[in-house]
Amino acid sequence: MIIAIASGKGGTGKTLVSTNLFQVSLDDRVDVVLVDCDAEEPNDAVFLPGEPKGMQTVTQQMPVIDKAVCTYCGRCHDWCSYNAIFFLREPRRIDVLEDLCHDCGACLAACKVGAITEKTVPIGTLSMRYINKRPALIEGRTLVGTASPVKIIKQAISEAGKHDLVILDAPPGISCPFIATVEPADYVVLVTEPTPFGLNDLALSIETLEQMGKPHGVVVNRAGLGDEALYRWLVDKGVLQLADIPFDRAIASVYAEGKLVVKVLPAYKPVFQTLLDRIRAQAHPSTIA
Amino acid sequence: MKDRGPLKEIVVLSGKGGTGKTSITAALATLLGNSVVVDCDVDAANLHLLFSPEVQETNVFVSGHKAVIDSAVCNQCGRCLAHCRFDAIHLVDGQPVIKETSCDGCQLCARVCPEGAISLIPADKSRWYKSTFRYGHFIHARLQPGEENSGRLVRVIREAATSSAIDQQIGILLLDGPPGTGCPVISSITGANIALVVTEASKSGLHDLKRILSLVAIYKLRTFVVINKFDLNQAVCQEMDTFCEHSNVPVIGRIPFDPTFVTAMIHCQSLIEWAPASPSAHVIREAFQELVEQCQLNVTQYR
Repeated sequence: MIIAIASGKGGTGKTLVSTNLFQVSLDDRVDVVLVDCDAEEPNDAVFLPGEPKGMQTVTQQMPVIDKAVCTYCGRCHDWCSYNAIFFLREPRRIDVLEDLCHDCGACLAACKVGAITEKTVPIGTLSMRYINKRPALIEGRTLVGTASPVKIIKQAISEAGKHDLVILDAPPGISCPFIATVEPADYVVLVTEPTPFGLNDLALSIETLEQMGKPHGVVVNRAGLGDEALYRWLVDKGVLQLADIPFDRAIASVYAEGKLVVKVLPAYKPVFQTLLDRIRAQAHPSTIA
Repeated sequence: MKDRGPLKEIVVLSGKGGTGKTSITAALATLLGNSVVVDCDVDAANLHLLFSPEVQETNVFVSGHKAVIDSAVCNQCGRCLAHCRFDAIHLVDGQPVIKETSCDGCQLCARVCPEGAISLIPADKSRWYKSTFRYGHFIHARLQPGEENSGRLVRVIREAATSSAIDQQIGILLLDGPPGTGCPVISSITGANIALVVTEASKSGLHDLKRILSLVAIYKLRTFVVINKFDLNQAVCQEMDTFCEHSNVPVIGRIPFDPTFVTAMIHCQSLIEWAPASPSAHVIREAFQELVEQCQLNVTQYR
């Protein structure tokens, strides 16, 4: 079973929920792997220390134009949907704008004289961390300056393979990196906070998931902060509220230290345990006794 | 090309989400009094919730295209399958079918199809707006959920904002950036002169601060840091101070952990408007003053 922990707005507690859910699953002897899909700013490893073993480089193909062979016909430029080929017929000029390249291969297919070849360029890394010799955390990480994390996210998820439980810590937002993460998930947990910003961005996330037909539920973090509008909205929309994590400076403080709430503040352990049970019941309704 | 003149473009960034970028941007917009403000977080825009802008102009943004195969015309030759690098074409009972969420809109399948069976449907539900609000002009957008290319949308609204600023003879552009370090962030940074990085005193905040500072260094922006929730963890805050000092990036404000930001948000006001005498407002005012002096911002109206 694959679950994604996501939110439109950043900083609502995705990593808090992902890492603590991972820990209670581990304590429960579940075969669990955590995948940090927030490849632009991966933070799960802060909470699950240990040196990474096994590091892979994620690469993409980048076109290289041989200007001695190029006939300056402009076909590669016409075929590129991302404006990644700068082209002037007169005076003759052609260049690849690497930042804009999506690695689609259109220019290569377009060129009739074989002037385009490809080079392999690194865009990020995957790293593995183990607990008791079992894979525990897979982290996708872009090289700073890489525009799109999508390929890294997809590889990180496929690297996780099959387990009883795979937890995907998703990137914020509702565009391509978010889609790439929730796409393979059986169930999506949206983490929000009871503030106007939290509600606005939750509504956008849910609109996206509804379009995709993904089952989902909501965790309200920092419950007690803000106002009641979120709760009214959840009831109106008939969205399942999976758990409340109270607004407590002690949680913020443990999180700031890079520690797990379920370890340092055991009083909160039942919150995450119940959340895990409810997610499992939602994702596998048939297994409810 | 119009003369950009002495236009100063300040981009508020954070790397990590939820550190307070939008609240700080709102406070700065209040203090500036008259500027062009751009909400570059097109995925999850929030600034309009505080400022209730009056939309003057609505524009369509075509975020990309999605390929569709007409199975009546398709001869199942498989060329599209062989060319697609996004794993977006799969065989269903021998018939190639496009998986919409994987399709990147590169159009290569349509170009190589010998039967012309593939067409591209524009994704045109995203919108961007030119608005006015109580402190000047406001450019913002709504990316249709699930549509892509937020980096290009950021570029479009940024360009619109720059020409607005020139037309209105406003010297300051204030950009609320998205979280992360990827394409929408890079589009927000490109062309800006000043970066204000809002971080929070947590280990995650520190990790992300280092990454965002290395990104802005590539683009050679004049950079300043504000540490939000500085009292959450003194040791991390200390480490941030040291790191910034070594990186020659001045820390111009340390804001306490303060739920007043949320109260202000609920009342659709910036912190400067809602609680002008609060300790946090005081810190932000001082940080603003520092920005004004260091960057020689021409502030027409200072509150």
